[in-house]
Parts: sequence; C-alpha cells; structure tokens
Amino acid sequence: MLFLKLFYVFSKIGIFNFGGGYAMLSLIYSETVVKSHWLSNAEFTDIVAISQSTPGPIGINAATYVGYTSVINAGYPAWAAVLGAVLASLSIMWLSFILMICISHYLLTHKDAPWVKNVFAALRPAIIGLIAAAALLLMNKENFGTPSASLLLFVLSIALCIAVFFATLRYKVNPILALLVCGIIGLLVY
Amino acid sequence: MLLKFFLTCNKIGAFTLGGGYAMIPIMEREYVDKNHWLSREEFMDIMVVAQTTPGIFSIDIASHIGYKLRGVWGGIVGALGIALPSIIAILLIAIFFHNFKDNVYVEKFFRGVRPAVVALIAAPCFKMARTAHITWATSWIPVVSCLLIAALGVSPIWIILVAGVGGYAYGRMKKEGAPKP
Repeated sequence: MLFLKLFYVFSKIGIFNFGGGYAMLSLIYSETVVKSHWLSNAEFTDIVAISQSTPGPIGINAATYVGYTSVINAGYPAWAAVLGAVLASLSIMWLSFILMICISHYLLTHKDAPWVKNVFAALRPAIIGLIAAAALLLMNKENFGTPSASLLLFVLSIALCIAVFFATLRYKVNPILALLVCGIIGLLVY
Repeated sequence: MLLKFFLTCNKIGAFTLGGGYAMIPIMEREYVDKNHWLSREEFMDIMVVAQTTPGIFSIDIASHIGYKLRGVWGGIVGALGIALPSIIAILLIAIFFHNFKDNVYVEKFFRGVRPAVVALIAAPCFKMARTAHITWATSWIPVVSCLLIAALGVSPIWIILVAGVGGYAYGRMKKEGAPKP
C-alpha cells in the first residue's frame, strides 16, 4: 500500500540523514526515484528547484512535494494526495524528534555536569568553523555568477553579500528584511 | 506562551529562504534576543546537537526549545510550528501553481536572494565567536575546523567528534593537574 510505503521510506530518510538539506535531497532521490519509481527524474528536478525557492526547511518541502506527487501519480484524487503529503512530512520528522527530545532531556538535567560543560566549551568554537565552512562552500557560481558571464552581476552579487553581512552584524538589520530587499533588487536587476 | 512560541516558529519557518543554516540569524534574533527562551550559549550548544544528530536542523532546535518550555507537547508545537508554513506553501504550489518555479519573476527574485543567504550564514559566526569566548589563542579551532571542511572535504561529524573528545580530555587534564589541597 502506497501510504504505508511512504511512511516507511520517509521515516528511514528522516533518521538516516546526517548531512543537512542537500544530503537529504540525494537520499530522497535514491529512495523515491531510483528505488520506488514514485516520480520521474524530471519531477524530482522540479522538486529541487521548488524546495530551494520556497521558505522553510528543504527536507520538509521535498517530503511534502514528493508525498503529494507520488500519490497523484498513483492515480488517487487530490485530497488523498494532500494526506500523502502530510504523511510524508510527519514521517520524516517523528523519529529524529523522539531522539532530540531524549537528548534535550538529558542535557537539561545534566547541564551542570563538568564533562558536559567541557565538551560543549570545546564544541562551540568548532561549530563556528562548521558554519563558516557552510558559508564558504556556498560561494560558488550558482550563487554569485561568474565574472565572464557578467562582470556587473558578479560584482553586484558580491556587493549584496557584503552589504547584508555588515547590515546584520553591525547594524542589526532584520535578516528577513535583508532577504526581501535583495529579492526585490533581483527582480529589478536581472 | 505556547501560542507565541508556535507563531514565532511559524515566522521562522515561513520567512527563511536558503535552508537550515540561513535560519540561524533569524532564530537567534527570535529565540535569544527577543524572547529570551534560551541564552546565546545554550543556543550554540543546541546547534551542535542539532547538527550532529540526524534530522532537520531547524526542527531539532525548535523541538528542544519547545521541550524546555513545556515538555513533550512544547517540543511537538515547536516542530510543527516550523514545518507548517512549508507544508502549506508546497501544497499550494503543487495544487495550483505548478508553474511557480518557471515563473521568471521567481527566478529573478531568488538570484538576488542567494548572495544574501551566504552573508546570513557567515555573519553570525562573529557574534558566536564572542559568545564562545574565542581569543587569538583559541581562534585556531574555528579556523582549522572551517578549512578542514571547506578545503579538504572532511565530514563535519569528525570535527565534532574530535572537538568533543578533545574538550572532555582537556577538562580531565586540567582537573588532574590542579594542585592538591
């Protein structure tokens, strides 16, 4: 039964994903396109584009869309597809949720244990490195363009990046506002 | 208060473009600065946990804060709060707006947004450095971690394991080296 399989596959994806959003997408691809044939390559590419263009966690966006599309593809009506979408999204969440609650409980009750304090004191600088690495890895041509394609747009992208960086760090500009402004600039310029 | 938490999570989920890490400045602003649901240190600590465990980064963080505020139901409220705007938005797109991604205006908007996302991920690093009491002496930790991941492709999980074990070992060494009373 499709719904049972949706539950199983997305539960599996939810608990085995260790690399964040984009790693989750490749896991979703191998499970739903390659193994289960619930959707085509073209439909999956749509999902990647849509997941990146809609707000919210990429994993949830992808789960919702795959859930909906796979049910429609199997011939069910739209209302059943909505159920499929919700089921897929909840399935991707529930196992890691339980794990997280257990860890939260432990941390909240043991936060004054010396070993917990020591471990986290060392982890805090490391996570800064992790996040900085994520930013560095995103400095690529998909996000900034190339000087050869259009020097003006390339420079503009870099300028927007630097502007938002200082705006949020030094001038406490609301990040949501910064995103909207950049989007509007994109509308005007591209 | 739970309602406020739910609506805040909705806001975070609805307005972040660019995925997990890009949500960090918005989460920090809402969770730590505006509502004081946790301290900046706790926020950093929970980011570490969220990153190391499987599951969606922003949902893990919201679950923890919800659990801290109101136990398991709080956790559920947090997780669903983040997820709900996404689910609704995607369903609307899937049902009515299949051509959303082909819309030229959407494409233009996101080309503008993408460099901003990079900045939003990089900017909190400096504020976090202050919270983590990074000095010139300890700055090698974030720099080396960053280079290992970005330039050498080391998996972040190794960094976290090594740093965690290192922290534990360093703590033990300090304790054993202390003069006996």
